[in-house]
Amino acid sequence: MRRYILKRLLISAVLLFFVSLIIYIIMRSIPTSYVETQARMLSQLPGAKSYTEWLTQLNETYGMDKGIVPGYFQWLKSAVRGDFGDSWQFNVPVTQKFAEVIWYSFVLGSIAFVLEIGIAVPLGILAARRQYSRMDYGITVIALLGISLPTFFFATVLKLIFAVWLDWFPLYGTVGRFYMQLDSIGRFLDLARHYFLPVLTLTIIGIGSLMRYTRTNMLEVLNADFIRTARAKGLSEKRVINYHAFRNTLIPLVTILGGSLPGLFAGALITETLFQIQGIGYTAYLAMVSGDIPFTMFYMVFMAVLTILGTLIADILYAVVDPRVRIG
Amino acid sequence: MDKDKMDKDRENRKDKIDRITEYTDIDNGLSDVQRVKVLSPGMLVVRRFLRNRLAIIGFVIITFMFLFSFVGGLLTPYNETQVFRYIGTMSKEYVSVTINEEFRFTVAEGMSYGNAAHARFILAKNRGDSVFTHNDDEYHIIQEAEDFYRVVLSEPKARITYIRGVMSVTPLENGLSFDEDVQNAIRQAIETEQTSFIVGEEQYTLTRQGRDYVLGTIEDVAIESLLITDGVNTNKDLGFGFKLALEKALRSGDSLSFQFEGDFYEIEEDENVASVYKVTGSSREQYALISQMAVQAISPDVVLTIEFKTALEKAIVDGERKFTYPDDAGNAIVYDINRINNVYTVKTETRTHLISMHEQPSSQHWLGTDKHGMDVLTRLMYGGRISLMIGFLVVLLETALGVVMGGLAGYFGKWVDMLIMRIVDVFFCIPFLPILIILGSVMDKLDVDPQKRIYYLMLILGIMSWPGIARMVRGQILSLREQEFMLAAEATGLSIYRRIFKHLIPNVIPQLIVLATLGLGGVILYESTLSFLGLGVKFPFASWGNIISGVSTAYEMTNFWFVWIPAGLLILLTVLGFNFVGDGLRDAFDPKMKR
Repeated sequence: MRRYILKRLLISAVLLFFVSLIIYIIMRSIPTSYVETQARMLSQLPGAKSYTEWLTQLNETYGMDKGIVPGYFQWLKSAVRGDFGDSWQFNVPVTQKFAEVIWYSFVLGSIAFVLEIGIAVPLGILAARRQYSRMDYGITVIALLGISLPTFFFATVLKLIFAVWLDWFPLYGTVGRFYMQLDSIGRFLDLARHYFLPVLTLTIIGIGSLMRYTRTNMLEVLNADFIRTARAKGLSEKRVINYHAFRNTLIPLVTILGGSLPGLFAGALITETLFQIQGIGYTAYLAMVSGDIPFTMFYMVFMAVLTILGTLIADILYAVVDPRVRIG
Repeated sequence: MDKDKMDKDRENRKDKIDRITEYTDIDNGLSDVQRVKVLSPGMLVVRRFLRNRLAIIGFVIITFMFLFSFVGGLLTPYNETQVFRYIGTMSKEYVSVTINEEFRFTVAEGMSYGNAAHARFILAKNRGDSVFTHNDDEYHIIQEAEDFYRVVLSEPKARITYIRGVMSVTPLENGLSFDEDVQNAIRQAIETEQTSFIVGEEQYTLTRQGRDYVLGTIEDVAIESLLITDGVNTNKDLGFGFKLALEKALRSGDSLSFQFEGDFYEIEEDENVASVYKVTGSSREQYALISQMAVQAISPDVVLTIEFKTALEKAIVDGERKFTYPDDAGNAIVYDINRINNVYTVKTETRTHLISMHEQPSSQHWLGTDKHGMDVLTRLMYGGRISLMIGFLVVLLETALGVVMGGLAGYFGKWVDMLIMRIVDVFFCIPFLPILIILGSVMDKLDVDPQKRIYYLMLILGIMSWPGIARMVRGQILSLREQEFMLAAEATGLSIYRRIFKHLIPNVIPQLIVLATLGLGGVILYESTLSFLGLGVKFPFASWGNIISGVSTAYEMTNFWFVWIPAGLLILLTVLGFNFVGDGLRDAFDPKMKR
């Protein structure tokens, strides 16, 4: 087991190397006007250095004066030491900005994640138990609707209904105008009001795939021989479903849920942008659109790490949960 | 109650029997000859697909979308980027009125007096000098009234010495003499320190030169005044003489009438505005308007009548915000007067060509018009074309790439497999949406042509999404190639190309079709998301995503729902349709999940 994990980690490191190389190449092929604009802006600040000085300094800082490969290694050298440079858009070290915003995304993602599990898993099981019933069709349609909904459209509709027409929830932001004057309960309620619509959006959008995954796996288990055996033994349907079937459905479920745990830190780019929640997604969007190379580089590599971590966790969990596939 | 239940039971039973007979009647009847008829695997799939209600719904939706986009685009009477206009009224600036605070000059006929001389005059006036020189000429300033000056040239006529009341006048030309009246006037002027005086018809200037004085006769060069005189006939200049006479009469205070070149004029003063009437016999007509206001039409082709100017200036003097004046046809037109410091802008409802923005749905525009004045329904149709086209081309590209790469990896195994699969892994790790956003903003910076942008977008989407297909194809081929038929294919000596593409790939096609169908929905979602963020398909080309993003403010969102809700619903329905069909196909191809 340990050897397996070690091997996987090693492969992941190699993978990460190539991923960051590709991202770096893409970032470098962006027209240099970004740096030029940045240098122009910086040189116009009161008491700043001249434009050419800034240009050379910025080019030097980000290895832009070198070729792509040496430039990449320079970036890599400081990156492995945890130094991702200063964000151009936010004028603070990239890691500092990241630490500021990541928790907004984490809270948002976690609440939506818990809700998704709470809704999708029971519904998926229900649909599988009554395959081809009206209930199954209904749940399938809801699941497919969730998958098919464009996030931006759904969020806009929710805003229109709940924020504009009914005026129950604010249009965007994380805290209200009078947040600082509120007591702790008031603050909590204020936050909850602001988080309601984004969480609702994420939950509805995310529910579909998990629901279908649960249903498919539950169906597979329900068709298995040991379920027939359990029924033949004369066990109550409740026990068959909740004990024999559900436990076995848990194997793929836990695997995939474990694999999506790192994703909680990934943020929701569209949702955060539309609701202007200062999470990692919104911040990254601002950085990307304004051509903030240091932050974007960091964000992309971070996302890649999360993906790699996700598959790694899923694979390891698979081996842990299901003794049949344990290696070595 | 019981009876109801019984009825229901009976109905149910009847229904069931009906269904059974229907089932046996058609083609599955055990007693029928057809029971021996064996359906081909393809037919079985079609049958299973057709039996799936959701799949049929999805199929209908997609067919509708195709008809809507491709046929609808042909049927609609409008173009993708046709802007609708109408003739309407709009509050437009008509006239601007400035309160004049700068001296303006009128030059006498035959005299040269330009802006440079004017500037010298202003300097001299502000210093309190009565003389200034310009181009070696000595100009005298004669103040006639407050803010009204005459600028004259003086011709020396006599030298005057004046010592303690004893005055002697020495003419500078032979045969020139000054009578008693003039001498007295000179004395008086010296004693009261005046620089000019009038005797009879003649005006004289008196300039100090050292201890002596120089007496001169004058010749008018220009008048400098804050007032502006407009004539009835805008083409004809009123002339220096008239203006001088008018201003003099106006300033004199009591005589509100004057004569000029044999004509008799009357002035009617009304606070800051004065009308000048020409009197001929018993009748009189307006001849000029004098005031401190400069009235100018905004549009150069508008000629303002003196009556209009008079009415407007009176309204401004009275401090009114609105005034009414009939136009040529005699209709009363209301003008709004807005003041900003010393400038008044007069606005009026003018008839112009306007773009019919955000028009409500009507029989002409079934879904109204958007903020560019374009027909929403037509744009939805063209947007559908682009979305569907992008969807199909991208899926085609990614499937082709995925099949080739996956086929190679699966068939050859070993290092080829290792290499391709690592590439796939790398692609999986690259965050999809962020990369698209970055490439989109790069295209923004490079100012890529909107038409070419669509193709680049397809290329990027296709290149980014092949790894999923490759992985699936490889997995299938890995298990297929161990089967007997592949051994047989190898034994018959078929070429590798033939073995992969004629024997292995066809066996993967069912899964490919499913993946491609489901992928179509995904591509359309990505495309619309990108377009919504303004990084995908660009205006003037329509796309369902950018139609929604055209509505950015809360005001537009609530009031012009007819622009963006249909676009969103179309995206939702199309993606849903593809998902339904994909799902149905999966069930049809792989009946393992059935009962």
